[in-house]
Amino acid sequence: MTPEDSRYAKSHEYVHVEGATGTIGITEYAQKELGDVVFVELPQVGSQLEQNEELGSIESVKAVSELFSPVSGEVIEVNEKLKDKPELVNTDPYGDGWMIKVRLSDATEADELMSAEEYDEYVERESAH
Amino acid sequence: MSAGDTTMTPVLEQQEVAAAAPQRILREGLIFEHSKAGRRGYQLPALDVPEQALDQLLPKPLRRAAIEDELEVSEVGVIRHFTRLSKLNMSIDAGLYPLGSCTMKHNPRINEEIARTPGFALSHPLQPAHQIQGSLELMWHLEQTLKEIFGMPRVTLQPVAGAHGELTGILMVRKAQIKAGNPRTYILIPDSAHGTHPASAAFAGYEIKELKSNSRGTVDLNALAEAVTEDVAALMVTVPNTLGVFESEIKKFAEILHAKGAFLYCDGANLNAFVGIARPGDMGIDVMHSNLHKTFSTPHGGGGPGAGPVGVSERLVPFLPSPTVERAADGTFYLQYDHPDSIGRMRAFHGNFGVLVRALTYIRSMGPEGLRRIAEIAVLNANYIRARLKSSYYLPYDAATLHEVVFSDKMQSAQDVHTLDIAKRLMDYGFHPPTIYFPLIVAGALMIEPTESEPKEELDAFCDAMIAIAQEVKERPELVRTAPHTTPVRRLDEARAARNPILRWKK
Amino acid sequence: MSNLPETPTHRFIPNASEDVREMLATIGVRAIEDLFASIPADVKIDRLLDVPGPWSEIETRRWFGQLASRNKTAVDHATFLGGGAYAHYQPACIDQLLLRAEFLTSYTPYQPEVSQGTLQSIFEYQTHQSMLTGLDVANASLYDGSTALCEAVLLAERLVKNKTKVVIAKSVHPQYTETVRTYVQNLGIEIVEVGWTSDGRVDGEALRQACTADVFAVAIQSPNFLGVVEDYDAITAATAAVTKIAVVAEATSLGILTPPGEHGFDICVGEGQAWGVPTQFGGPYVGFMVVRDALKRYMPGRLVGETVDVDGRRAYVLTLATREQHIRRGKATSNICSNEALIALAANMYLSLMGKEGLREVATQCLQKAAYLRQKLSAIASVTLPFAGPTYNEFVVRTPFPAAGILGDLEHEKILGGIPLAQFYPGHDNDFLVAVTELNTREQIDHYAAALSAAISRKRR
Repeated sequence: MTPEDSRYAKSHEYVHVEGATGTIGITEYAQKELGDVVFVELPQVGSQLEQNEELGSIESVKAVSELFSPVSGEVIEVNEKLKDKPELVNTDPYGDGWMIKVRLSDATEADELMSAEEYDEYVERESAH
Repeated sequence: MSAGDTTMTPVLEQQEVAAAAPQRILREGLIFEHSKAGRRGYQLPALDVPEQALDQLLPKPLRRAAIEDELEVSEVGVIRHFTRLSKLNMSIDAGLYPLGSCTMKHNPRINEEIARTPGFALSHPLQPAHQIQGSLELMWHLEQTLKEIFGMPRVTLQPVAGAHGELTGILMVRKAQIKAGNPRTYILIPDSAHGTHPASAAFAGYEIKELKSNSRGTVDLNALAEAVTEDVAALMVTVPNTLGVFESEIKKFAEILHAKGAFLYCDGANLNAFVGIARPGDMGIDVMHSNLHKTFSTPHGGGGPGAGPVGVSERLVPFLPSPTVERAADGTFYLQYDHPDSIGRMRAFHGNFGVLVRALTYIRSMGPEGLRRIAEIAVLNANYIRARLKSSYYLPYDAATLHEVVFSDKMQSAQDVHTLDIAKRLMDYGFHPPTIYFPLIVAGALMIEPTESEPKEELDAFCDAMIAIAQEVKERPELVRTAPHTTPVRRLDEARAARNPILRWKK
Repeated sequence: MSNLPETPTHRFIPNASEDVREMLATIGVRAIEDLFASIPADVKIDRLLDVPGPWSEIETRRWFGQLASRNKTAVDHATFLGGGAYAHYQPACIDQLLLRAEFLTSYTPYQPEVSQGTLQSIFEYQTHQSMLTGLDVANASLYDGSTALCEAVLLAERLVKNKTKVVIAKSVHPQYTETVRTYVQNLGIEIVEVGWTSDGRVDGEALRQACTADVFAVAIQSPNFLGVVEDYDAITAATAAVTKIAVVAEATSLGILTPPGEHGFDICVGEGQAWGVPTQFGGPYVGFMVVRDALKRYMPGRLVGETVDVDGRRAYVLTLATREQHIRRGKATSNICSNEALIALAANMYLSLMGKEGLREVATQCLQKAAYLRQKLSAIASVTLPFAGPTYNEFVVRTPFPAAGILGDLEHEKILGGIPLAQFYPGHDNDFLVAVTELNTREQIDHYAAALSAAISRKRR
């Protein structure tokens, strides 16, 4: 189930907003498409991200994809667990498999992203191709 | 995934058989695990010059301590180890190795013998020209021969692999465009292309525009005409393409590109399909790399060495890598460094000379009729497989194909059996799998290239195995899904290897 | 096509007329020519290619044998040639084992279940490289030393943002630097060269000054192209903030020289030819690359890793492959899409046979024999050894006369005596590079010294 309390980008990242903090990761659909995740490359705490800027990359056995930040802000925390256990992205993308937390610089950006329902429809259209 | 549980018994039986058989031959420890203090695998003559104190020759801080954990193994130990390792590999000498686009053909042993001739093997790359007339003349003859086969005015022998040849070609295109006033921005690449094409193009500073294939799987002429602007540097095509389909309108591609000052680049990986039948130069192709380890029979060696000579049209000759081999008026041979517009040197020395020797040996062994017969029988063999398998496997594009045929797993995926499973099951039948999941425009692709080296009996045995597997998919899908069952190791945990990489042995 | 006669059978192509007939019937076409209908008539050639052949093995041996005999080589000369390609002892069993069909005629090990031989051998090769260089992670090999340096420069460049310069010592093999120049010509990377001091070592002060804020890496070679062994610690101290690349063009030197990984270097690349691979006019050789652990996911080319199969058995597999060209496509960051597996296998065999003791003994003999020749040559009046720094098995010799003439005189004495330096460093007309290995006997060395002395006296007259 796509969590309804988050917002979604077309490039399959989610942001979960709590106050001024956004938690960013990739969706269930994205992790399934990638297959076994083996490595996640994330930015350093303190770096500034613009919306849609590349924040890092994710590698599975068969592919490597860029990750894009769905919102702008300063990176305030990075999920260190992914270093040793990248598979958390597969097993719990919305929970323990989160990637970074940012201090949002523009709270309205998240509103422009898709809702869970809109994202599900989007994915359905995409995979119909 | 539980649908096949009822079929597990035969699998277990096979494993039991394997477990009961003597396993030693299928297992071999690492060479480091064979090391034992005091053993040795070499002997040198005693030092015959007066020995000087090491401290005088090399101050202590520049010298290392003993190389920790390096080996102590006897010659017998080394020979046994590598002989046992070799037995874990499949090879073309043992049977059909039908990797699509890889042209796994017979590797004649005369090639190996000639390359080992001491006069060649011991020649040094920095000797002056008068000492290495034999090596230079050989390179000159190979270039003349490839010029005739390609139908192109010059060929560089410097690149040492297909990707290296591609980079060479695209660097020449860029240099030529710069010379013409503007490097331009884009390289056009069909969606069926090998991944090295966009990589080489990007490496030369270009952006890539992908061309969608038409229903035949080939480049769409109208789409091409639309895409070619003054900002396009070149089109990169593979002929025949990765589906084995010949680009019948290739001459028109060249006309469209040339009219706008762009170049036509051809990946010659599939030259085996038309060697001696048609020539890239006659098609209007400006630059083509060719893999000597494919069409010209030099062994793949488990992934190299290879060689990727590049042929060019007149317009690109000034940009060839330096040096070139030339023949002087008196019949002697020399290296020419004076090429002011050259892209430069692609590698130290003169390329993979040893591979060049093997390729020329092969081409001389074939002769003009033999070269043509390569293409004829390679295409016959591929079409024979296509005819025998088309009712058992789905053929996503039904256009006529030359040296290879691409099926997909569409007829099997309903049973939740996929291309990877079919490939692995083939191993149990004693065959190396075809190329899988390529080209990308075919979901679940199985790309089969038998080459001219296979006799009809071997092709029949392969087709029988493929048909039997198709039957197994219907009757005992779990058997296929869990294959291979009889190989030295079974399916590997690739995710584990990549998550916590162990990339060397440690004590 | 139809005006050409049917092609005859050939010993490499099994199917004959009867097979062809049966197969055409199965396919449902009349003639082979029908299978080529998709190639338009106007691009087909209506003649046979104008090339010699077909030759039997007898004719092939005769023609190629004559060609080979036109080379002057160690077959009947004493050789003292180096410059990135060295004549070393080749244990007999290596070539015999390389000819095993399972190694020679297999493809890239994409299907690990039927390629464990190649995969395990590469894993062992990686282990040797790591031990020898004192760095953590080696890849499955690169084309050669020059392209390995290219890949190292590219690797270093992608570790940082917005830095555009690489400093390369002038004493790195000049053809390696030339190759880098070709590779980076469209990538916005600038090469800054730094010269040497009177001892032949890289100029430390110039190096320090060259390492400005926009420099991402520095590359030096040891022993360098002049044969001089560099002081890694001094270089590390002068280049604190950038990625440090050590180039090793004479691989046997690692048997005695302190490895770069123990002195702050991040990447070691080099040429593995000296590990028992014939000089064969420049290739095929085997490039190696070894890096610190932190850089492993930036490594170009192939890597083999250890894992287990479904039954829990230890096994080897290509890994971290997602950065390879055929997957990364337009985003790929290296040019290599293969390796030199068979030559890496030869190197693995060589290193295994020689082992701990042999690697040291080969290096020691090279060092001692070169020192002996140095001593003999420096005793000749008017011969100088212009660079005073410590050397391994190669050094520069200077006489009052142009090098080509002197070497021509040595050639008359059946000595391939060295490589003129002027082709690499203009102005060094009287200098040439001499290499000595364990294959050179005392007799050859004595003869060399006598012949050089005689050549100089003749020119003096």
